[in-house]
Amino acid sequence: MKELYGFLFAMWILILVGGAIVVTILGPIAITGFGELDWLVTSAIQGGIAVSLVIIWIFILLKIKNWIFKKEIKS
Amino acid sequence: MTELIIPAIVSCIVAFLTVYLSTPFLIKYLQKQNQTVQDVNKPGNIMIPRPGGPSIIAGILLSELVLYAFLQLNEILAVMITSFLAFLIGYVDDKRVLSGWFKPIALAIAATPIIFLGAYDSSLAFPIFGDVQIPVLYLGIIILMIPITGNTINSIDVLNGVASGFMTIASFSLSIALFILQNYEMAIVSLPLGLVSLAFYKYHKNPSKIFPGDSGALALGAMYGAIAIVGQIEIIAAVALLPAVINSFLFLASMKKVVEHREIKGKPVEHTDDFKLKATADETAPITLVRIILAGGPLTEKQVGFHIFKLGVFSGILAIITAILVGVSL
Repeated sequence: MKELYGFLFAMWILILVGGAIVVTILGPIAITGFGELDWLVTSAIQGGIAVSLVIIWIFILLKIKNWIFKKEIKS
Repeated sequence: MTELIIPAIVSCIVAFLTVYLSTPFLIKYLQKQNQTVQDVNKPGNIMIPRPGGPSIIAGILLSELVLYAFLQLNEILAVMITSFLAFLIGYVDDKRVLSGWFKPIALAIAATPIIFLGAYDSSLAFPIFGDVQIPVLYLGIIILMIPITGNTINSIDVLNGVASGFMTIASFSLSIALFILQNYEMAIVSLPLGLVSLAFYKYHKNPSKIFPGDSGALALGAMYGAIAIVGQIEIIAAVALLPAVINSFLFLASMKKVVEHREIKGKPVEHTDDFKLKATADETAPITLVRIILAGGPLTEKQVGFHIFKLGVFSGILAIITAILVGVSL
């Protein structure tokens, strides 16, 4: 059971770290030079970065899961 | 704040009593109609009425209607419509087996009233570091949120009392977070969810007298997701739901695709001679939260449920800490 609490806590820390990245990197992005399409280009880039962050988040979580639950998963 | 006390008290009483008083009638009706399913974790052929969704949605709609009469907020309408649509989707799924992809897509459509009613703010509040404005991206979050919360609650509805008990803990954590953030109107809108879940838990706890079914679990999950959006506490809501998120994550990571529980051949859990639950060594079976809890040895169904509730309380405390940190700014 300790492992589950550890995994929960690791997920929470990842959410906090992810939040910091989103606020400091994703939020300030503002692309100009495309006229009326500025908002669309900005949103597309923000979307791309957000999806990449989610994929990285899942990848890290998979690694943590394998590390924390290696005994349980094998049993 | 003081003008909200009467609506809060009335809606909470309506939420609790509607479910508490209507569920026994629903149990009798379902038994008469032979709408029962076997409780696979009990010895013998014990049949349990299902679905309990109608009494759950009645509690949600009546209590939120009371609040709407007092406050006339679009946010309340959005919560009511989204929860009702999710209930309908679940009710269809209770009656016939649908594909694994049907529910996520249908639940994404159920989220659209939140957009059409403009009951959202496109900023995402993170702890410590502040808000981020993502107008277009936020629409995607709304569309994803309801399928995620709906299916997440549905996926932990595997043992007597777990879905309703866990939802009681998670939704009260959400209400406390909203009070901490001084979003009193949305805190009051969220209270009926906890009381509906608590009243249903009375009949759902081990040994269950009724199962919520997909209609009940999806209505609860969708209402939770809708409150997270209209209350602007998406991250806090995700934290309070972490044990159920872990269950879905472990399930998807082991199965590597979206699949209905009924389509899975391998069993993650089996029974000992004295009918305790025990993790199997079946490699084709999904890894689930219950399977991980049982890795330490066989436990009774009640003990496993209690472990899940303890995880719920732990994540609820983390959610409340997150709410406090949202108020802190660097």
